[in-house]
Amino acid sequence: MAIFIDSDTKVVVQGITGRDGSFHTREMMAYGTRVVAGVTPGKGSQNFEGPNECTVPIFNGMDEAVSETGANTSVVYVPPAFAAGAILEAAEAGVELIVAITEGVPVLDMARAHAFARDRGVRVLGPNCPGLISPGKSKVGILPGQIVAEGPIGVVSRSGTLTYEAVFQLTTAGLGQTTCVGIGGDPLIGTNFISCLEAFEEDPETAAVVMIGEIGGTDEQEAAAYVKETMSKPVVGFIAGRTAPPGRRMGHAGAIISGSSGTAEEKIRVFEENGISVAIRPADIVGLLQGALA
Amino acid sequence: MDIHEYQARERFRAAGIPVPPGRVVTTPKEAELAAEEYGGTVVIKAQVHSGGRGKAGGVRLAEDAAEARRYTSQILGMDINGFPVEKVLVTPAEDIDTEAYVGVLVDRKAQAATFVVSAEGGVDIEEVARTSPNSIRKLSIDPRYGMLPHQAYWLANFLYDPPKLVSQASKIITQLYDAFVGSGASMAEINPLITTPAGEVKAIDAKMSIDDSELFRRPDVAKMRDTSSEPLSETRAREAGLSYVKLDGDVGCCVNGAGLAMATMDLVKHYGGEPANFLDIGGSSNPDKVVAALEIITSDSNVKVILFNIFGGITRCDDVANGIIEAIKHIDVELPIVIRLTGTNEDLALQILEDAGLSACTSMDEVVEKAVELAGVA
Repeated sequence: MAIFIDSDTKVVVQGITGRDGSFHTREMMAYGTRVVAGVTPGKGSQNFEGPNECTVPIFNGMDEAVSETGANTSVVYVPPAFAAGAILEAAEAGVELIVAITEGVPVLDMARAHAFARDRGVRVLGPNCPGLISPGKSKVGILPGQIVAEGPIGVVSRSGTLTYEAVFQLTTAGLGQTTCVGIGGDPLIGTNFISCLEAFEEDPETAAVVMIGEIGGTDEQEAAAYVKETMSKPVVGFIAGRTAPPGRRMGHAGAIISGSSGTAEEKIRVFEENGISVAIRPADIVGLLQGALA
Repeated sequence: MDIHEYQARERFRAAGIPVPPGRVVTTPKEAELAAEEYGGTVVIKAQVHSGGRGKAGGVRLAEDAAEARRYTSQILGMDINGFPVEKVLVTPAEDIDTEAYVGVLVDRKAQAATFVVSAEGGVDIEEVARTSPNSIRKLSIDPRYGMLPHQAYWLANFLYDPPKLVSQASKIITQLYDAFVGSGASMAEINPLITTPAGEVKAIDAKMSIDDSELFRRPDVAKMRDTSSEPLSETRAREAGLSYVKLDGDVGCCVNGAGLAMATMDLVKHYGGEPANFLDIGGSSNPDKVVAALEIITSDSNVKVILFNIFGGITRCDDVANGIIEAIKHIDVELPIVIRLTGTNEDLALQILEDAGLSACTSMDEVVEKAVELAGVA
């Protein structure tokens, strides 16, 4: 088992002919993801050349791509100006999951897109996220397939490379993963920590969860309360940004301390109060997990 | 991106909000002329990207033109919370009956623009929210419908009783929402919204922050950026497409990815050092970006050591190593450089770096300890 995606996931790539879209489509296909369609307006009826002489049909719009191929998941590599539009189109076409990789989508565009997707019961992951990977089954997004391994750990994070760092350490220590999910560094994201924790709690193969947060907002604090109230599985946490100055955006649009709220200290404290072991260095995550699983 | 009060006033005025006239000046003489023209008492307000201007002495009431000149000369050049004052706004003083607060910001939980209003204006709204939550009314605006008339009325009605004031405030609230959306803002605030003895409702202060992701499609807003209020290195980083925040320490950090960059800064501190900056060079091994990053880090004279922390995922470590070597050829760096690379093809990458005479390892803790040690002895 895994959460959100598995070997049956059928993916349509929005923006398949762009630089990032084409590169990562090949990476996904090489990993074994079932990429069944691509969408680029004006390039319908062409084919995308994947690795190992596999080809993927390109459509002008999502409606056609979904009805012709039965795709149930879309991944968005569309530039910021058009990304929210691509999400609206995917939600209307009836996919179950939309993974929005694009960074720099205007926040007010996302407010509309999230509301639209919510109305239709469509899960959005991101935007500004690396996507997700269920090792040995499927990857949707840009996470590197080489650093993961199959195993019992669920990983959920707001970051990209910091997630890779943690996952690589897990893999090196022999702790494989059920699914690694990057929920994104934007202020308005579709799938939050709690949604991922719920899914990991229900997944019989997940034995423990690593939750990697950062400064800004209160998503981690709410997730910590959920862990205490509901979760039976151990959770190990890490929070980035203890040295971040207030009021400054640290790369991610959502990584900003407003007033006295959203600091790393506050999040670490709330984690600890709710029974989550907190790694002070990324290198401590493996040891805490091993302790929790012993 | 923060904009100045005078710029936010322009946006508000363009949306129809009643805002008293004002003039931005950079010399005491100009302030005197402006005060003469307005006649009567004027307010001199420092234009800086910082709250707490009043407390810092950056807002003064001047009773005549001579006083306006004198106060302006005191305020110009003042340092308010680290921001030097280069401009002041001169605006006629208003007769004030009551002061209220009206603000709108993107609320993460509601995932929508959310209004906060209070009849207690002119104060720190976060403080009011903490101490007397009942004196605040909040409303999230559904982005699909925008501000609806009854919603604006519901908010305005919380501020005033007299129907004439409610109808003016209701209009202003709708106009503020328009200015917010039309500017691609993440926050807009009128504090205070005043009533005058003549029964008028007016905005005598204006504050607005713009969502950086909106700037590509709003050139009129983008040109409001005041680069004089940020360190030169941050301006250059933005132009080079790098995410950079200058800090006060001496360990220069060059990292791929925002989360890993923050974690690296934290680890520097953990081992007793002080990070000189946050810097995310992004996901590629492009030597041009590394060159730009090195130029920016070395332009900070506090920096004593340069620390690279790179996770090679899709971009392989050997490509990144070659990118770093290529970049160092193009720029003369005298400071010690320590490099940590991990991920795909890390062994190959270490070999490439060692062959080029650079010190490298795969452990984040090891490289950070080494950087802190080098900064200590340098």
